[in-house]
Amino acid sequence: MPLLSRALQAVMVALIVGVATFLMMQSLPGDAAFRIAAGRYGYDNVNAGAAEAVRAELGLDGPLLGQLLRWMGDLARLDLGVSLISGQPVWGEIAHQLGASAELAAAALLLSLLIGPPLGIIAGLNPGGWFDRALLVVSTALKAAPQFLIGLALIVILAVELRWLPAAGYGEPQHFVLPALALALGLAAVSARIARNAAAEAAASAWWRFSEGKGLSRNRTLMRHGLRNLAVPLLTCVGLQFVTLVEGVVVIESIFGWPGIGHALVHAVFSRDVPMVQGAALTLGLSFVIVNAMIDLALRRVDPRGAA
Amino acid sequence: MRLTLPSTLTALILALAAPAVAAGDGSLDVAAPFEIVSPDPTTSGSIFTRMSIAETLVEVGPDGALIPGLATGWEVSADGLLWRFAIREGVRFHDGTPLDAEAAANALRIALAKPGLLDRAGVTRIEAEGSAVVVRLAAPLSALPAFLAEYRAQILAPSSYGPDGMATAVIGTGPYRITSMEPPLTLNAEAFAGYWGAAPAIPKVSYSAVGRAETRALMAESGDSDFVYNLDPASVSRLSGSDDVTVLSAPIPRSLLLKVNAARPAMNTPEARRALSLAIDRVGLAQAVLRYPEGATQLFPPAVDGWHDAALPPLAYDPKEAKAILAGLGWAPGADGVLERDGARFALTLTTYPDRPELPLVAAVLEQQFRQIGVTLSIDSTNSSEIPARHASGALDLGLLARNFALVPDPIGTVMQDYAPTGDWGAMGWENADFVALAGAIARGEAAPGARAQAAAILQAELPVIPIAWYRQSLAVSKAVKGGMIDPWERTFGLPSIAWAE
Repeated sequence: MPLLSRALQAVMVALIVGVATFLMMQSLPGDAAFRIAAGRYGYDNVNAGAAEAVRAELGLDGPLLGQLLRWMGDLARLDLGVSLISGQPVWGEIAHQLGASAELAAAALLLSLLIGPPLGIIAGLNPGGWFDRALLVVSTALKAAPQFLIGLALIVILAVELRWLPAAGYGEPQHFVLPALALALGLAAVSARIARNAAAEAAASAWWRFSEGKGLSRNRTLMRHGLRNLAVPLLTCVGLQFVTLVEGVVVIESIFGWPGIGHALVHAVFSRDVPMVQGAALTLGLSFVIVNAMIDLALRRVDPRGAA
Repeated sequence: MRLTLPSTLTALILALAAPAVAAGDGSLDVAAPFEIVSPDPTTSGSIFTRMSIAETLVEVGPDGALIPGLATGWEVSADGLLWRFAIREGVRFHDGTPLDAEAAANALRIALAKPGLLDRAGVTRIEAEGSAVVVRLAAPLSALPAFLAEYRAQILAPSSYGPDGMATAVIGTGPYRITSMEPPLTLNAEAFAGYWGAAPAIPKVSYSAVGRAETRALMAESGDSDFVYNLDPASVSRLSGSDDVTVLSAPIPRSLLLKVNAARPAMNTPEARRALSLAIDRVGLAQAVLRYPEGATQLFPPAVDGWHDAALPPLAYDPKEAKAILAGLGWAPGADGVLERDGARFALTLTTYPDRPELPLVAAVLEQQFRQIGVTLSIDSTNSSEIPARHASGALDLGLLARNFALVPDPIGTVMQDYAPTGDWGAMGWENADFVALAGAIARGEAAPGARAQAAAILQAELPVIPIAWYRQSLAVSKAVKGGMIDPWERTFGLPSIAWAE
């Protein structure tokens, strides 16, 4: 039943995203033929002749409804069409880009979970202590700082000054560290706060006092009873952070020269590559549904009370 | 919680950092702003020629002279309509197949079928005859060899092209051969053992498209890239003090200019356009925004031989005289200081694009400088294609743009396109029969000496576009290599002549 409702949700998301992106792209100001020509040939070679050739080739003067219906028909056969700029199948390009983005997002999420919750728990077990107060300041600052600023600061410190890591690029394991860290710091700032509050609440609860009262040390209490409790708000938080992650990926990818879907989406919007925009938005929308479904399932395992 | 986070992280970073420190993996790494769109020469051909992967029949020497490339020589018939290009022998494509006249003609016929280059040259037929490619023209064009030096006329093997004529692979003849390409950002290449010329010194090269100028400069600084193309003005100043990179900078045949809709009543006389020109403090603007020592004194930069005329009286900065001219044309300041005439305000929209990061900055400075003479601008920084689009619809007032006079290495290619009589990136609402006649004669190769300077003088007097600055190209080369250079014609990175420094 929950899977069925998620599947239904996915279909609705696909339809809404497809129609909405199509309508938004059509309502953007400017002549699509010129924009596409600029995307293909660059600003030195875009002119009225190139735009007219694009218009004739793509049949841009044709009826809009027909274009939309054709896209939906193709989608039903799992065909996303061909990029108007590169002429390559949208599926191939997105598979490549989504892979790169997913790798980066996963690395960032993992790193944020390694940084945020442990620090938050340490702070939460001693609420009001110096560490708790310091963490509040640091996490507020990191959350408030725009991601491109964090990214540039990391490049300047770790790549230019210390020379530990490459400033930008893609393809080697060390290329992951800076962009993933730039994303992770913002995410960790939030998960540290959530973990801190949850830990402080747990440490003040009756079951915690009972556990310590029966002779378990504080660490063992945390490991045996605490972590599962803390996991519920944290998992919910991770699900919500997915949105932040998608936003962040767009910014971070363009700073670090990462060939991901965020980067591709921005360029596709600039050059009116409607099939690419639809494909990328659809992929992001569906991955949102999938992530939420996975979080639901995980929460059910961690806290089986609701499922009964 | 024995494993403290800081120590774990430090260990993680150090573990991953080890290979980064040893980034000298024998590959010469290039970073430039251009994204790889597809294997087709019309979209990404300039990357393939710059990376020495694909070649053209005609090449350009450092002084701008046309020199043999895949063609060893060329001759034209007496009537100027039939050109014969002798194809070099012993040249192989990267897949091992030999280059012959038919393969070259095939690549050029495919280029002819795509808009924008050879169709503009008036080419009617391209055929192989023996070991030569024969090109027929509808009208004489002395600059035809220059058109064949453009990147869209690069010669790829017949197997590179799909049935629709779009290239699906880049099988060129250059000293480097692609080993992997992942659009839009990266490609790797290695020395091609079967190259007809001298083998490159460094056997492996890579290309990364990095859109942000700041990131590119940081990659140069951190040693991630050995050759970084196109630096922003602020990075040039910063990197110039670096111990690890050399900054190279050279004037290039590209100008920053203001395209004027001369059909607008406010700007339909040379006097009115001269007033606008007098309002521009070119030296101040160039020094503050572009960090160049000087602004443009005429449209064509000194590098554009024949078209630049040192004797031409320079464009001046004199806002007082600008105001006097406009007063003489019937404009009077309104309540807010903006000029008015017959109830119309001197208010214009300036269209520009952020692809070149300096353009919106220059637009903001122009807004202030024009305001001093009572002209108010609203700036629309949008997609580059809005300039040709608004040219076509007549909606453009002013366009701020950067124009390359060496797209086709002979400036007549750009001049014919932009000013004879009008063009998407040139004159608008301005037509000059004398100029068209001069340009036509130059294109046919029938012009008298001094015709180019004469044509430039017409543009200086009439100001169908208002020149602002001459560009310089800047790049950063790692001190780990030697032999890096700037090609003022923006055709090649010159990778084959770069070697590791001892």
